[in-house]
Amino acid sequence: MDATTTGEGNFTAVDGPRLVAALRGVLLADALLHAREDLVPYECDGLSAYRQVPLAVALPHDEAQLVAALKVCREHGAPVVARGAGTGLSGGAMPHARGVVVSLARFNRILRVDPLGRTAVVQPGVRNLAISEAAAPHGLYYAPDPSSQIACTIGGNVAENSGGVHCLKYGLTVHNVLRVRAVTLDGEALELGSAALDAPGFDLLALIHGSEGLLAVITEITVRLTPRPETAQVVMAAFDDAGRAAGSVAHIIAAGIIPAGLEMMDRKAVEAVEPFVHAGYPLDAEAILLCEADGTPEEVADEIAGVQEVMATSGAQDMWVSRSEAERLRFWAGRKAAFPAAGRVSPDYYCMDGTIPRRRLAEMLGAIAQMEKKHALRCMNVFHAGDGNLHPLILYDANLPGELERAEAFGAEILELSVALGGTITGEHGVGIEKIDQMCVQFAGPELEAFHRIKAAFDPAGLLNPGKAVPTLHRCAEFGRMHVHRGELKFPDLERF
Amino acid sequence: MDEHVERELTERIQAAAGSRTPLRIRGGGTKDFYGLALEGDILDTRGCRGIVAYEPTELFVTARAGTRLEDIERALAEHGQMLAFEPPHFGAAATVGGCVASGLSGPRRASAGAVRDFVLGVKLVDGHGQILRFGGQVMKNVAGYDVSRLMAGALGTLGLLLEVTLKVLPRPAAERTLRLEMPEDQALAALNRWAGQPLPISGSCVFGQEVMIRLSGAAAAVAKARESLGGELVSDGPAFWEELREQRLGFFGDGVPLWRLSLPSTTPPLGFPGEQLIEWGGALRWLHTWDRADRIRDAAVRAGGHATLFRGGGEEERRVIGVFQPLPTALADLHRRLKQTFDPAGILNRHRMYEAW
Repeated sequence: MDATTTGEGNFTAVDGPRLVAALRGVLLADALLHAREDLVPYECDGLSAYRQVPLAVALPHDEAQLVAALKVCREHGAPVVARGAGTGLSGGAMPHARGVVVSLARFNRILRVDPLGRTAVVQPGVRNLAISEAAAPHGLYYAPDPSSQIACTIGGNVAENSGGVHCLKYGLTVHNVLRVRAVTLDGEALELGSAALDAPGFDLLALIHGSEGLLAVITEITVRLTPRPETAQVVMAAFDDAGRAAGSVAHIIAAGIIPAGLEMMDRKAVEAVEPFVHAGYPLDAEAILLCEADGTPEEVADEIAGVQEVMATSGAQDMWVSRSEAERLRFWAGRKAAFPAAGRVSPDYYCMDGTIPRRRLAEMLGAIAQMEKKHALRCMNVFHAGDGNLHPLILYDANLPGELERAEAFGAEILELSVALGGTITGEHGVGIEKIDQMCVQFAGPELEAFHRIKAAFDPAGLLNPGKAVPTLHRCAEFGRMHVHRGELKFPDLERF
Repeated sequence: MDEHVERELTERIQAAAGSRTPLRIRGGGTKDFYGLALEGDILDTRGCRGIVAYEPTELFVTARAGTRLEDIERALAEHGQMLAFEPPHFGAAATVGGCVASGLSGPRRASAGAVRDFVLGVKLVDGHGQILRFGGQVMKNVAGYDVSRLMAGALGTLGLLLEVTLKVLPRPAAERTLRLEMPEDQALAALNRWAGQPLPISGSCVFGQEVMIRLSGAAAAVAKARESLGGELVSDGPAFWEELREQRLGFFGDGVPLWRLSLPSTTPPLGFPGEQLIEWGGALRWLHTWDRADRIRDAAVRAGGHATLFRGGGEEERRVIGVFQPLPTALADLHRRLKQTFDPAGILNRHRMYEAW
């Protein structure tokens, strides 16, 4: 699709050759790509259904070069799309046809690890997992663990406010970052948050989290490190009714237990992954729950016993507790393979990311079962059940006439029901370009206008990632629907859960 | 009735915006002392009260802004839950709106997080007199900018909170308080070392040679940590942490200006004259001193933190030196622009945070 047609800004006046020439004047030769063959690798992020080749890609080595490149873009009125590893699933880093991609790939240094203060100062292009690896010798790690953590960068994590399997207990990115340094399009460096636990003025650190590259370009991040738990164990439980499994989740929370992870898979998801991963999942269950406890051996033993008791009284038919680290990882392997498994059993799938209040899980599952009949498509369900974040995977075949449209309608119905049940259209993948129309379902005009005014306070020229995350009211008036192809999901080897 | 109250509040803001009349948002008034200036006609939020929704298994509570904090905490306690950021009340009249607007958190902050970490959603009236809703009742929500958290600590300068939704957590199964003795530098080193280990420390306080530690969690984990940390078991632990949170300990009442220094927890002792009390594993230092504001603020900034004149100081002095750490130019300009977007007439809690607006 052509981003210049999304209705957010008109950039047709940008003079490509002059822009490239000006960028060449401020960037080293190895920091600027403008030949078409060099630009193509940047045409999309993890959501490859949406592609756009930019006019140029800047790969600055440091903040001064970044600021110089931004200044050129501002002078030429050219849109700027910041990019980390490009693993995002909502098209947030999709380039702009008349703009420049600023890759933070060279901001890849861990500047400091302070074991006593339990912080690390890192550049935005550092991979999520690399932080934990650097902290490991000190018995510390960086807690948020999005499924793409071996590849995704911390800058992207801040931009998307990434979650993960363990955020019920350890929080999202916003709970684990102390300070962000970012530059505005005007080249002003802003320090948001501080090396302490708070900062004077407004909580702009919270505002930059999940801002999807629309407010400023992040150049440095101070993260909080967490002591690594001594041990972890998983309970796997089988239920003959998905509603009962959902009820069990509520009972666990009601019992005062906040597990490190609490995941649910329905029968279709189990049937898809088990032949592929051999995780040892029961094939006759309607739903399974995976519940992880971590901490000291005493805490884990306590919690596992508590979880088993609750699960037994709330209708679990069978329970298995991991007896070794290998078995714990095997229990998780199936859950983590849900996305690739969907790809094995169906030519295409459409992954949703709604969040709903936990108590509505059974209702949502029932509704999805009805929608399967209505749209004549199958849907396998994997949930971050502990925090109500759903990833229904709608299975379809784009080569069969009408299936794609039915999948789109199915997905839109799930997202709209998520909002109606008191939830949200996106729990952790971000809005990007993918869900920009569904934003019109979740927010009314005055809230959207407030978002646009906030952006203008940071970026008066409106050049940072225009057309993403927040729809114009005009666009909402022309509400349309979008979709994802499995065949076009990049990084097929990355775990996605 | 509720809609009626909301409409009344909204209409007052609309009228004030039209006539550019400053409004002073006030709940129980327990935090009137906090901030720079109290200007304008009082806009009392207490008519807008009551718990709207509380779902223990969903871990959230939604309450109207004028609801008393203690009413919310009592409701949560009935289900074995709590506001984990342990907000200070500073008086029985404290409301949840004031709790969020002031952004203040208590002893559990270093381990559990601050009020901003627990804000899931808000309903507010901005300075245009529009009712806006942001966030919601779910924990994972990345649709739109996180305006809800932005309201935490904004001191009502961006909007009048009508309703807030907060994440709640179970109360710990076991809790113990220990007393140890060591000098300040050793205490700071020990607190940081312990925080890097998987120990269930949920509160700390250093005053003089005395170090108080609170352990919270599974009974077995608390017992084991108690063994490894040593020290003496304190019987009236809960009372101590409440006195600390409410600033009713003897330390807090001596009339000398009270500075709140928020610093990296490893910052060495600062050596200012006057009495000091340390919380949050070293990251929060309360200082009673007559020393000069610029010296205190420079030291805080050099260490990577900031200093707030929390209580005391004459009105004139507070106006001259400011209550909150002055912002660097680019950040100050951005604050002004954000204030402008939410409250173009500049009527909401004018000069409460900074003299410029």
